[in-house]
Amino acid sequence: MSDDRVYPVSIEVNGTLREAQVPARLTLVDFLRDTLRLTGTHAGCEHGICGACSVLLDGEPVRSCIMYAVQADGRKVTTIEGLAQPDGRPGALQDAFCEAHATQCGYCTPGMVIAAHALLETNPAPAEQEIREAIGGNLCRCTGYQQIVDAIKLAAGKNTGNAA
Amino acid sequence: MGDMNSIGVSVKRKEDYRFLTGAGTYTDDVTLPHQSYAAFVRSPHAHAKVKSIRKDKALKAPGVVAIFTGEDLAAAKVGGLPCGWLITDVNAQPMKEPAHPCMAQGKVCHIGDQVAVVIAETYDQARDAAELVEVDYEVLPAVVDVVSALKQGAPVIHDAAPGNSCYVWALGDKGAVDKAMAAAAHVTKLEFVNNRLIPNAIEPRAVNASYARHDESYTLYVANQNPHVERLLMTAFVLGLPEQKVRVIAPDVGGGFGSKIFLYAEDVVLTWASKQVNRPIKWTAERSESFMSDAHGRDHVTTAELALDKDGKFLAMRVRTAAAMGAYLSTFASSVPTILYATLLAGQYTTPAIYAEVTGVFTNTVPVDAYRGAGRPEATYVVERLVETAAREMKLDPAEIRRRNFIKTFPYQTPVALQYDIGDYEATLAEAMKIADVAGFPARRAEAAKRGKKRGLGYSCYIEACGLAPSSIAGALGARAGLFESGEVRVHPTGKVTVFTGSHSHGQGHETTFAQVVASRLGIPVDDVDVVHGDTGRIAFGMGTYGSRSLAVGGTAIVKALDKVVNKGKKIAAHLLEASDTDIEFKDGVFTVAGTDKAVPFGAVALTAYVPHNYPHDKLEPGLNEQAFYDPTNFTFPAGSHICEVEIDPDTGITKVVNFTAVDDFGNIVNPMIVEGQVHGGLTQGIGQALTEGCVYDKESGQLMTGSYLDYCMPRADDVPSYKVGTKVTACTHNPLGVKGCGEAGAIGSPPALINAITDALGIREIEMPATPERVWRAANSNKKA
Repeated sequence: MSDDRVYPVSIEVNGTLREAQVPARLTLVDFLRDTLRLTGTHAGCEHGICGACSVLLDGEPVRSCIMYAVQADGRKVTTIEGLAQPDGRPGALQDAFCEAHATQCGYCTPGMVIAAHALLETNPAPAEQEIREAIGGNLCRCTGYQQIVDAIKLAAGKNTGNAA
Repeated sequence: MGDMNSIGVSVKRKEDYRFLTGAGTYTDDVTLPHQSYAAFVRSPHAHAKVKSIRKDKALKAPGVVAIFTGEDLAAAKVGGLPCGWLITDVNAQPMKEPAHPCMAQGKVCHIGDQVAVVIAETYDQARDAAELVEVDYEVLPAVVDVVSALKQGAPVIHDAAPGNSCYVWALGDKGAVDKAMAAAAHVTKLEFVNNRLIPNAIEPRAVNASYARHDESYTLYVANQNPHVERLLMTAFVLGLPEQKVRVIAPDVGGGFGSKIFLYAEDVVLTWASKQVNRPIKWTAERSESFMSDAHGRDHVTTAELALDKDGKFLAMRVRTAAAMGAYLSTFASSVPTILYATLLAGQYTTPAIYAEVTGVFTNTVPVDAYRGAGRPEATYVVERLVETAAREMKLDPAEIRRRNFIKTFPYQTPVALQYDIGDYEATLAEAMKIADVAGFPARRAEAAKRGKKRGLGYSCYIEACGLAPSSIAGALGARAGLFESGEVRVHPTGKVTVFTGSHSHGQGHETTFAQVVASRLGIPVDDVDVVHGDTGRIAFGMGTYGSRSLAVGGTAIVKALDKVVNKGKKIAAHLLEASDTDIEFKDGVFTVAGTDKAVPFGAVALTAYVPHNYPHDKLEPGLNEQAFYDPTNFTFPAGSHICEVEIDPDTGITKVVNFTAVDDFGNIVNPMIVEGQVHGGLTQGIGQALTEGCVYDKESGQLMTGSYLDYCMPRADDVPSYKVGTKVTACTHNPLGVKGCGEAGAIGSPPALINAITDALGIREIEMPATPERVWRAANSNKKA
């Protein structure tokens, strides 16, 4: 049965410190979506397999559906909303996704962009197989992945100054 | 630039910005004032009597607002879910239509069947309380596969359907087929299963229903592919509500693949309950609920025979299929293995006699309905497995046997009801063979063999029938709905345009493709056109999106409305230019008097329509807003050739798709980038069916064994190759855009290409889908099945 106690958390989300009292069982994805109303992060399977809910935790991609909000206490979370430019326009990686038609229904897209962002942070010029492995934890039912791979190559090319 | 300004151009999608920045609005993103949340109590048994439901403990749980069961629905005279297609059986009797209650009425018939709904202040409270609802079941024997369900003495699921048979339906000339089979030089016979699939759109189904007591209206946000159909079915057939009092909004929808066409019990229950509790109620499926409540796809058991003469010319085809309906008839379940299946058995070939007999079978499983391709992948699998196997048996080249049998003149009347308007099957096959470098395959196979790997090549030349139509014929075949589409073009005073379409986009990019069509016809920038879809409150009517119909049917409705806009614009221009209507031409966004330099731009005509100071009021109404409905005269017939090359490691049984080539004929193409994405996605779902995906029920207990992503294997980025795709164009002859549809082709054509490649690599005759490493390893290590 449920535990009615709440616990204080202080989490930096997209550069802003957010403080709240949350139940122990509140997942990070529900904290982001329901408490903060940042609905860009999507829940797809609630068992850590589909990757739709991926966010960056201190820069590392994690599944926010199998992590509790209290576990993020004192840490930095970046969501899809945080990858846009300050005025809300898409960032370079997001632009590449548009350019290469890497999004169809858009539901897996935030998680996919997060996974791609994390890859390019550590490996600015990945090979195709490295890209496929890096997004291998994110299910997309629409695209067949090829245009996502193309988008990440495109973004990598722009990062490193090589035309894709 | 006129017609040429954006047709055929890969315009970047207008919808991407919101998807890429987290600004999309999916149903679960909508939270309303005074929101409450629902959780469903679902059956843990495949087949059971519900003896009692005790809700007293649950009602006392924190935050609970209300709990309803099937008894409450029955007392309120809420009807069951309707089936939208009446199949008439071989004895001219209507199919068996057992009641499909929205929540159990004394009995449950599959794992996940709805038993009760708990409404609470939060999701967690609703879920906690749902666990306190005590249901006393008397478990009954269950039957989960079609073969067992049809056996004498099998558990009967519905008294209204003795022997678990929904219908036995047939198409074609049985006598002619029997005669041709008896006289044939060769008959190839195969028996196979077309594996049950779970659609798995990544956005789970979701509903948010609310009621406004002041005007007795309802608003329903729902992850759905056809909001007007949802509303029509719910109001007219289930809840008996005035249609104008119900607004259905399908906002951003995270994939459908067919599974979000249907009217589901949860949609009805929440709509009805929102009035009872006088609050908005939201329900979003957990993934495990998706697995056990979204309509599944496929699930056929088939025996198929192809008769050939000594030269490999097809003489006749005979097909017997048992097709699962699941526990109840879902919205279009009955039509999928009949109207959308047997009619496609001619494929691309001139087979003169075809006979198909289909038994629709109830099983204690989730209802089966349309899933990407719906009937046509199953038909293609029958045809293309038979053809490839026949070629091998007769020692003919698989491409050559196809060429000998291709339909070459059009229009072509098949022996299974369809009339193909146009195609060029030799051209798509030749192009695919070139791209796939079939000529170089023997060398690649030899090289692989040196590494201990087995390479195989498989073909699939598919045809599909899209844009299901016309309504009159469909009605004669049992459809209980029309199959037209509506489009409205609203030209604003400034000359900018809003288009309202009855089609719905849930990934297909209609907001861009349709804008390209409108912009090119009106000679205005694509950015000046916005497309609105998915809201019965804003769009007059619509049949939605399924069967790759949106551009061919919905796009044509828009073109018809555009024609009216241009015609009215010509009259306004004639008045302004002091000329006769018949002398006005419209091109590149400008109305001109033929043969003169007198001209007025589209924007000025639009402004005149809304500021009608100088206006022919005696002949014309002000305003520039036109609507059209379009009911096609025929299906469209996209077709293509897929070639798959696999490499198998016989030590592990792992199959690697090393090359996949698809050359498709979708007619004219508006946005090549979007079409390519549709093809890739379809191919990946087809590869999923052939290699990784399969829904498994335990035969004894009826339990769903593949109820999560740990058990149901979805293709991932590192499971699939980069595809090589191409197109050939023969323009559809009966719609003004010359388009055919591209959404399902990949899923239709690819599974037999893969299985043909695997059987080629291993030198075997058959392997069951999904060809998992275990199955492939067993086949590679025992040639007994060959």
